[in-house]
Amino acid sequence: MSFLADNFALLRDAFLTTLALGVCSGICALVLGTLLAAMRVSPVKPLRGAATFYVEVFRNTPLTVVFFFLAFGIVEIDLQFPTRFITAVAALSLYTAAFVCEAVRSGINSVPPGQAEAARALGLDFRQTLGTIVLPQAFRTVVQPLGNVWIALAKNTSIAAGFAVTELAAALVRLSNQNADKLLAVFLAIVAAYLVITLPSAWLIGVIERRTAILR
Amino acid sequence: MSSPTVLFDIPGPRARRRHRIGTFVGGLVLLILIGLALWRLGSNGQLEPARWAVLFDPNSGVPQAFGRALVNTLEVAAVAMVAATVMGALLAAGRLSDHRWVRVPVTAVIEFFRAVPLLILILFCLLYLPTAGIPIGPFGALALGLTLYNMAVLAEIFRAGILSVDRGQREAAFALGMRKTQVMTLVLLPQAVRRMLPVLIAQLVVLLKDSSLGFIVGYFELLRQARSLVEFFNFKFGDLYTFQLYVAAALIYIAVNLLLSALARYVERRTRGNTKVAATAEVQLPADVQMGGGGGAVPV
Repeated sequence: MSFLADNFALLRDAFLTTLALGVCSGICALVLGTLLAAMRVSPVKPLRGAATFYVEVFRNTPLTVVFFFLAFGIVEIDLQFPTRFITAVAALSLYTAAFVCEAVRSGINSVPPGQAEAARALGLDFRQTLGTIVLPQAFRTVVQPLGNVWIALAKNTSIAAGFAVTELAAALVRLSNQNADKLLAVFLAIVAAYLVITLPSAWLIGVIERRTAILR
Repeated sequence: MSSPTVLFDIPGPRARRRHRIGTFVGGLVLLILIGLALWRLGSNGQLEPARWAVLFDPNSGVPQAFGRALVNTLEVAAVAMVAATVMGALLAAGRLSDHRWVRVPVTAVIEFFRAVPLLILILFCLLYLPTAGIPIGPFGALALGLTLYNMAVLAEIFRAGILSVDRGQREAAFALGMRKTQVMTLVLLPQAVRRMLPVLIAQLVVLLKDSSLGFIVGYFELLRQARSLVEFFNFKFGDLYTFQLYVAAALIYIAVNLLLSALARYVERRTRGNTKVAATAEVQLPADVQMGGGGGAVPV
């Protein structure tokens, strides 16, 4: 147990970094992903095309490559993020937004067409139809998929370890170098830290889903 | 909401004109941004043909190195995919077993490997297994980590596939006097596998994406290869080819994955038209599974 006590500060900071990475990029990805989903169903054809292009590209690019580009690529056009942390948040948000878009779009598709038809019959335009009628119902049906995307995002933050952000996976590498004799304990501590994020999230998603579900 | 146009009225002449103007302005802004980026690249000397020529010049060894790296990437993905498919099928069968003593531990194994980030699994294989007396290199660690994670994901996909075969099929098979092994292998699995084919290919895309984690554990896949080439060239010529090599590695990844995605869509279209497959719903990977890198739901 002395191992945990000795490295408590490092583990705590790493845990908080992971959590902050996840929360910041989760919020950005949710906003960007919803915008993309709205673009994909919009009346303007170029917007639909642009959103489809975005989703296709990011769905087929490894997250590591996205990280790579934001960390080492954009320097060549004289751009740079202020800190490593923000680079990681940007990479995770851009990548996850594509999947949020897919989830939200499937939610939009699951809203009965009668709802949108009724909204249009009342004279609402596209923005009003989508914003006040369709999206609120769509979000209720995609609580579970969006929650799963969040959990996947929380686990994907581990890739930031390869790009000099000291989160849990980086702490794992550092601790395993220092405590070669207690490797199993190191791994158990890190896995437990991830489970502290994912298990309550899964439970909370279940609660929210039950609260918001609509019977059809 | 089957047709997308249910959300809006068909644009009239005035709306169409507005859209055209908006498209024009938006396109212009985009072109200016791209132009600005190209200009910055050009003024940093990144667009000189000589810098890009190195990618195609066999004398520099770069095409060969990327070829090897692509083979390495595909190799680890293929090994992991085959192993994960076999293990996933076994685990799915185990999870659907009638015996509690099989079902419970198998479920625990599946849920554990879905809940742990893939990178942690790979690092565990790389760092811990050698100390436990099992010699394993970066290739083995990457392949084993990918297998462990993907077998759990595939097990869930297979289970869903088997459960989604129409109930009547199973009941009819039992009514004909088949034993449960026969029902599974002769009736349920053949139908489930055909429906799962596009999903399996889509999972291969995810797996190929995840193999880029080899970069972090030091396996020579595309990214790590690009990095080592960059280090080599930087040592010889200074910071000349960095950007070009990274762009090449990224483009190869994207191209291979787009090809596989297109293949998955093609297979899906063919399956949907096939009456032998009792498919009703569209089969697609959940968004979180497509994220890879440790995606996948945690059980409630």
